[in-house]
Amino acid sequence: MLKHLLSGADLDAATATLILDTAGEMARLAGREVKKLPALRGRTVVNLFYEDSTRTRISFEAAAKRLSADVINFSAKGSSVSKGESLKDTALTLQAMGADAVVIRHPASGAPHTLANWVDGSVLNAGDGTHEHPTQALLDAYTMRSRLGRVAGLSVAVVGDVLHSRVARSNVLLLATLGAKVTLVGPPTLIPVDIGTALAPGTEVSYDLDAVLPTSDVVMMLRVQRERMADSYFPSAREYARRYGLDGPRMRRLPDHAIVMHPGPMNRGMEIAPEVADSPRSTIVEQVTNGVSVRMAVLYLLLGGMNR
Amino acid sequence: MAYPQAALPPPVSPPSVKVILTSAELARVVDRIAHQILEKTQGAAGTVLLGIPTRGAPLAHRLAARINAFEDIDVPVGVLDITLYRDDLRRHAVRAIGPTEVPAEGIDGKRVILVDDVLFSGRTVRAALDALSDIGRPSSVQLAVLVDRGHRELPIRADYVGKNIPTALAESVKVTLAETDGADEVKLIGGAA
Repeated sequence: MLKHLLSGADLDAATATLILDTAGEMARLAGREVKKLPALRGRTVVNLFYEDSTRTRISFEAAAKRLSADVINFSAKGSSVSKGESLKDTALTLQAMGADAVVIRHPASGAPHTLANWVDGSVLNAGDGTHEHPTQALLDAYTMRSRLGRVAGLSVAVVGDVLHSRVARSNVLLLATLGAKVTLVGPPTLIPVDIGTALAPGTEVSYDLDAVLPTSDVVMMLRVQRERMADSYFPSAREYARRYGLDGPRMRRLPDHAIVMHPGPMNRGMEIAPEVADSPRSTIVEQVTNGVSVRMAVLYLLLGGMNR
Repeated sequence: MAYPQAALPPPVSPPSVKVILTSAELARVVDRIAHQILEKTQGAAGTVLLGIPTRGAPLAHRLAARINAFEDIDVPVGVLDITLYRDDLRRHAVRAIGPTEVPAEGIDGKRVILVDDVLFSGRTVRAALDALSDIGRPSSVQLAVLVDRGHRELPIRADYVGKNIPTALAESVKVTLAETDGADEVKLIGGAA
């Protein structure tokens, strides 16, 4: 097993499958009266969040606590970071406190890689800049597998702001490893040139959502970041929604078994219509639930065994 | 062409292997435990068999099948994976988790019989007791094992023992079952030949 989880590219098919299988067993715990396992008793997990993220932080916290680990939440706001402490000094502090794992969310791409050189414990990338978010990709793959029975051979359309999306990058890498066919869909300004072949050969690019829908098993909508609306990536929010938003009529062009995913938080009415978000095809709430199981599996597999 | 004579390592005698139970003997032992369960539980009503993976699971199913053959009683069977409850997780490489399947009736108020292949230090049974308390509250817990090889490290004893095998610590007991290994056999490996 790995020591760190920094990128979707760290995972080979066997390791990814082991994580998904383990997550399946962890998910059974959710139905129990006592939702706690002693596997990580005495271990310390630090959530080091340099960016706001309620969803991911709570998910990691719940996962670590269900495995009986001690959890320390460290958010950059209101900490010594706002007084100018560097990542390295923070890392040395964590090291001195004996952190067995550090879950890091950082606005700079590559920060988790750097941190991994400074601490003895495991480092888990919980989103770095516009680079990667590997546990999100794992929970997406888990959700596909639980809804559709498999990942290999699925046609997955990843739609929207691929340029800024770490979720998209990690998904392209992991889905290719697991044998799915990914098509990146969005306006040309939001899809980097050659991104598909650079990340995983076989990834396709399309600028026409309507052409991709009838052959997709999974449509993964990405969040359009309203804070970037002023930029000239596309003419207007309305035009974006008209061309790349998933509304009811578009959803009905999907095959009957197809599912709609979204990593959240959603802009209802922008990339996804409320009718779609609340339909039985939508897996958005399931993805949150599955996130805890997948993160439990990752924490157990990284920390459950012998220290290396 | 003559090869230069390489210095050969000193000969290592293969570990001695002694068959303790043959397939037929193993079947008789399972039958005997099934009878003992029926006798001790007075008909096995309100009883649940929980096998501890890997080989405890098929043994639990075999016991249930034999109990059914003898008395026409259906005893629910489940599987209890204890990986996450082990006290030696940090001493070994990470272990894959297996399934835990509790019968639909649950275990609350039931007499649970844990089933395992070999009883050794007792640590597996301790972990199983912890795991049990997280999934319900049985009225009582009993333990059935195919082989008791001694060397207990915890105050644990079995209620039903297929065969007691006095062993040295250096020896190991290898149970193979048709369901998991292709053939039924119990072997004692190693120690003085």
